[in-house]
Amino acid sequence: MLVHVTLADSAVSVHGLRKSYGERTAVAGVDLDIPRGEVFALLGPNGAGKTTTVEILEGYRSRDAGEVSVLGVASDAATPQWRARVGIVGQAVTDLSELTVTETVRHFAGYYPRPRDPDEVIATVGLTGSATQRTRLLSGGQRRRLDVALGILGRPELLFLDEPTTGFDPAARRQFWDLVENLAGEGTTILLTTHYLEEAERLADRVAVIAAGAIIEVATPAELGGRQHAEATVSWTDPDGARRSVRTAEPTRTVTELAASLGGEVPDLSVSRPTLEDVYLEMVGLQG
Amino acid sequence: MSQMHDSTGTAGATVGLPGTWSIGLRRVRIELLQFARDREAAFFTMLLPVLLLIVFGSAFTGNVAPGIPFSQYFLAGMLASGIVYTSFQNLAISIPQERDDGTLKRLQGTPMPKASYFVGKVGLVLVIYVVQVVVMMAVGVTLFDVHLPSEPADWWTFTWVSVLGLLCCTLLGVAFSSVPRSGRGASALVSPIVLVLQFTSGVFFQYDELPSWMQQMAALFPLKWLCQGMRSVFLPDSFQRQELAGSWELGRTALVLTLWSVAALVLALRYFRFRRRDDT
Repeated sequence: MLVHVTLADSAVSVHGLRKSYGERTAVAGVDLDIPRGEVFALLGPNGAGKTTTVEILEGYRSRDAGEVSVLGVASDAATPQWRARVGIVGQAVTDLSELTVTETVRHFAGYYPRPRDPDEVIATVGLTGSATQRTRLLSGGQRRRLDVALGILGRPELLFLDEPTTGFDPAARRQFWDLVENLAGEGTTILLTTHYLEEAERLADRVAVIAAGAIIEVATPAELGGRQHAEATVSWTDPDGARRSVRTAEPTRTVTELAASLGGEVPDLSVSRPTLEDVYLEMVGLQG
Repeated sequence: MSQMHDSTGTAGATVGLPGTWSIGLRRVRIELLQFARDREAAFFTMLLPVLLLIVFGSAFTGNVAPGIPFSQYFLAGMLASGIVYTSFQNLAISIPQERDDGTLKRLQGTPMPKASYFVGKVGLVLVIYVVQVVVMMAVGVTLFDVHLPSEPADWWTFTWVSVLGLLCCTLLGVAFSSVPRSGRGASALVSPIVLVLQFTSGVFFQYDELPSWMQQMAALFPLKWLCQGMRSVFLPDSFQRQELAGSWELGRTALVLTLWSVAALVLALRYFRFRRRDDT
């Protein structure tokens, strides 16, 4: 982007963000604009600068250079008022171990001007059955749900989710996705980092791929890396038993021709386009 | 997971935030709950001093002066130590642990005013100290025939020495919490400091019988003055002759504790951090 316009209804607006730790550059000029109400996913390999970028936006870290505006406030000037409008689900930690789920959620509700009902939040994240359990006895996935409960407790306008579903089983992950969709439906802006491409595809309005401290591309999940125009792969099994596949821009024609040449049904036919994961791995692979 | 019907509505900035004190009092409650359930911390801070009182009180049965049993002397020293245990040692160990386990990072991400965190710590320290004092006095009276003071003036001294000592050592604990590199290393660093000061400040041994270089070294730190203040409460005034200065030096005690408090406050304001050193 040569020209950037900071929208008045931007939830997050970042320009030229840089951050180094000693000799190592973690973030090397990141630009981001996330309008209010959007679910935005930040993808990238470990060490690409995801967490540093997000923690600067969360007001946890200082920046070396660049402009950062989060809900209209420079995030290094975080006040309690601003904190009350932002929800943070950081990377997994081990605090609060001796408190029960209910004690924890009720306690934290007291920090916010207009908290959600603690019992309702516990139900929302699916912890009602463990409400009287000490936190240290929860499974990894349950503990993560508690983190999410604390993140949404204050009715945030902007919610940060840093690898929220690590340790979830597939059913819990689906339930979590429904929860995120409900929050987004209520107008909450969500900034998500994840290693699960399926998660980004399901939840995000737009995704950004970050590698070596810089954004490579920002697009909808369907369009990332020119995915919608990408060649399709047609695979089938030949009469001699050999598995065959070709990449083509015209898969319909290929299949028609195949059907004609094989005289009817094409054995084990499949037509696929690159998944988000394929596109993503190609993009970050180029950087490596 | 059920749908939540109420929308996030308008910006929350205009709605009043809960105050520093109201959140601080909630912190006191949650700190006490966590402390009571953390067996290791409860043992180290609450039970150990009582155990030491029983062991030393039983082992040394002589008199420190005619008519004054060692247990009377030792209770004063252990109450002074209790101030250091509940405030300095407790905080200098638990805050680095909270920095490591994510407690402080989580709190930093909420609208909780930072002052509320310290209100919680002060409340925790006060409650543990009061409980410890009651238990130690009860053990001293029932097992070792310790006599509690009857003069209101002595109780007044006990109160101000306790309050000023707790203030001083709480600030020192907060300041010192930035020294250990990790939560795991904190107790290995803090406990020996406390132990050495106890040996040199007249807790386990009679202060007036220590080598003078040791006395002079100990006199630089608060514990020696806390012990002396407590002795003025629990020993008869005739014992003053055995103090180095020939008196209880209560004015000097107040001065030393105040100076340490100011220094600790400056250090805490300058060096206290919510995040680990390698995490900024």
